[in-house]
Amino acid sequence: MLSVQNTDAPVTFTPELLGKFADVVSRYPEGKQKSALLPILHLVQAELGWVSAPAMDKVAEYLKIEPIEVYEVATFYTMYFLKPQGKYMLEVCRTGPCEIVGATPIMEHIEKTLGVKEGDVTPDGLFSWRGVECLAACGYGPVLQIGPEYTFYENLTNESVDKLISDLKGKANN
Amino acid sequence: MGRKLLLEHINVPGINTFDVYRSKGGYASVEKALKTLSPDDVVEEVKKSGLRGRGGAGFPTGMKWSFLAKPEGVPRYLVCNGDESEPGTFKDRYLMTHIPHLLIEGMIVASYALGAKTSYIYLRGEMMPQIRILERAIAEAKNAGFLGKNILGTGYDLELYVQPGGGAYICGEETALLESLEGKRGNPRIKPPFPAIAGLYGCPTVVNNVESIAAVVPIINEGGDEYAKIGIGRSTGTKLISAGGNLKRPGVYEIELGVSVEDFIYGDDYCQGIANGKRLKAVVAGGSSVPILPANLILKTINNENRLMSYESLSDGGFATGTMLGSGGFIAYDEDQCIVRNTWNFARFYHHESCGQCSPCREGTGWMEKVLHRLEYGHGKMSDMDLLVDVSKKIEGNTICPLGDAAAWPVASAIRHFRDEFEWHVTNPSVAVTSNYGLAHYADPLPKPEAAEA
Repeated sequence: MLSVQNTDAPVTFTPELLGKFADVVSRYPEGKQKSALLPILHLVQAELGWVSAPAMDKVAEYLKIEPIEVYEVATFYTMYFLKPQGKYMLEVCRTGPCEIVGATPIMEHIEKTLGVKEGDVTPDGLFSWRGVECLAACGYGPVLQIGPEYTFYENLTNESVDKLISDLKGKANN
Repeated sequence: MGRKLLLEHINVPGINTFDVYRSKGGYASVEKALKTLSPDDVVEEVKKSGLRGRGGAGFPTGMKWSFLAKPEGVPRYLVCNGDESEPGTFKDRYLMTHIPHLLIEGMIVASYALGAKTSYIYLRGEMMPQIRILERAIAEAKNAGFLGKNILGTGYDLELYVQPGGGAYICGEETALLESLEGKRGNPRIKPPFPAIAGLYGCPTVVNNVESIAAVVPIINEGGDEYAKIGIGRSTGTKLISAGGNLKRPGVYEIELGVSVEDFIYGDDYCQGIANGKRLKAVVAGGSSVPILPANLILKTINNENRLMSYESLSDGGFATGTMLGSGGFIAYDEDQCIVRNTWNFARFYHHESCGQCSPCREGTGWMEKVLHRLEYGHGKMSDMDLLVDVSKKIEGNTICPLGDAAAWPVASAIRHFRDEFEWHVTNPSVAVTSNYGLAHYADPLPKPEAAEA
């Protein structure tokens, strides 16, 4: 069951982030600022790594809507992380067209390489992985994406996955 | 190889930038429409073109536009549906990545035709790279005077924004998309009222697929009558086909509607056959929602005529022996693929993506997934196939939106055409876990039409 999760860490939105919020809100007619909810949740997640209950409360306050209106949206859509994830979340497409060109063996390889089960975080806090549904890249499968930029990695092989993981480790340690 | 109207310049270096796109004749349709045509003239050209919605339903775009209510003093909206989430479909991502200005050009002309002053391009949230590409392209177009106030000095104002979704297949359904754009859960609305009367913020709204809007550009440049000459019968123009699965050369192809399925799969200009020298077992021709067909029925109709890539030919034979063009998500399965496993995979997808509003879909998709899982993993019963058909029939037509139908059709069609493979899973449970049924008779020549009727 999906549920929102609390955190003791204080949540503050930087002036820069609040500036981005304001830019998003300006796209909609007066009084329709709730339309900014999905884009703003993406911005919050890109900044904080996930969307905690206190972060969502602050978003509700900012948009002048009830907290439940934020919770119900964050729990409906699959892209919002309701608990902390690894710095790099590898999301592997597992739907039909990717499956028939080898999505399952790729996920098994990732699980073995990272040593954590789907949805868990590696002890160094760097990686998580999960299977996701169709990413609209069916001609280039198997594919995975990594937020918050949502860069795609296509035509995956065990070797290209190994290289990706070691590149990301290198990037994180620099 | 046929004419290319959308992807003609796709390989020109820098075509993603305004300057190069413009140097190749880009934005000519905006100049033509805003300076020489009235909004109603534009609608008329689109009607004449015979363009049908490229998102899957195939409803005539011009007609959809003509239904838009125009009450005084109420804003009207154009919303582009770039939620592209139908398994097998990746054409819109391709188009927006490589030639973003084509979509923006089409949005300007379509917005002008509909009298929209603010338009939104809703993309699935996973398409963050495409959102960045489009936002940069919008800034370039605005800088060049094609967006914003008083476009090209004609007095027409338009603002264009890109909106991300949050990862939900259901938001490709137009009313769910509008809910999502309003900052809510993607629960489809009960129709009527249709968006043409009460859409975004309760205002008259048109929702069109990315490719449909892009197709407006050549329609205005060449004229609706010229566009209608391309294609076959009521399948006019060109269509982007997303080719995936076990093909030698998967990718996005722009075809003139009417190319034969055989040529599309095996022709040098297209997919060049099945990968690794294997044989074709089955095809899902229009995205995961449409009925799957065995090799023999996708290549020929039941009357032994060549099956064509067109709305009419693909649906020839109805659901008994035909399928649908859908969104053009073409998935080829080679002889080593297991239809039971694929059907389970799709059933899991629809269960995962059901919004949960309607009980038949919320519960039925879960049941189908469970039953298919046990069939795939060696615990199936002979009665399961009838059970699956029964559940699918109870979903189909009993839900607010078409996701229910989309979940039911792949299951029902797999059992219709591949029942012996399902039965083999029941009678050989341990073998079925480690190997598969193979090509069997699924590519055999069809019986003569007379014999089929007997």
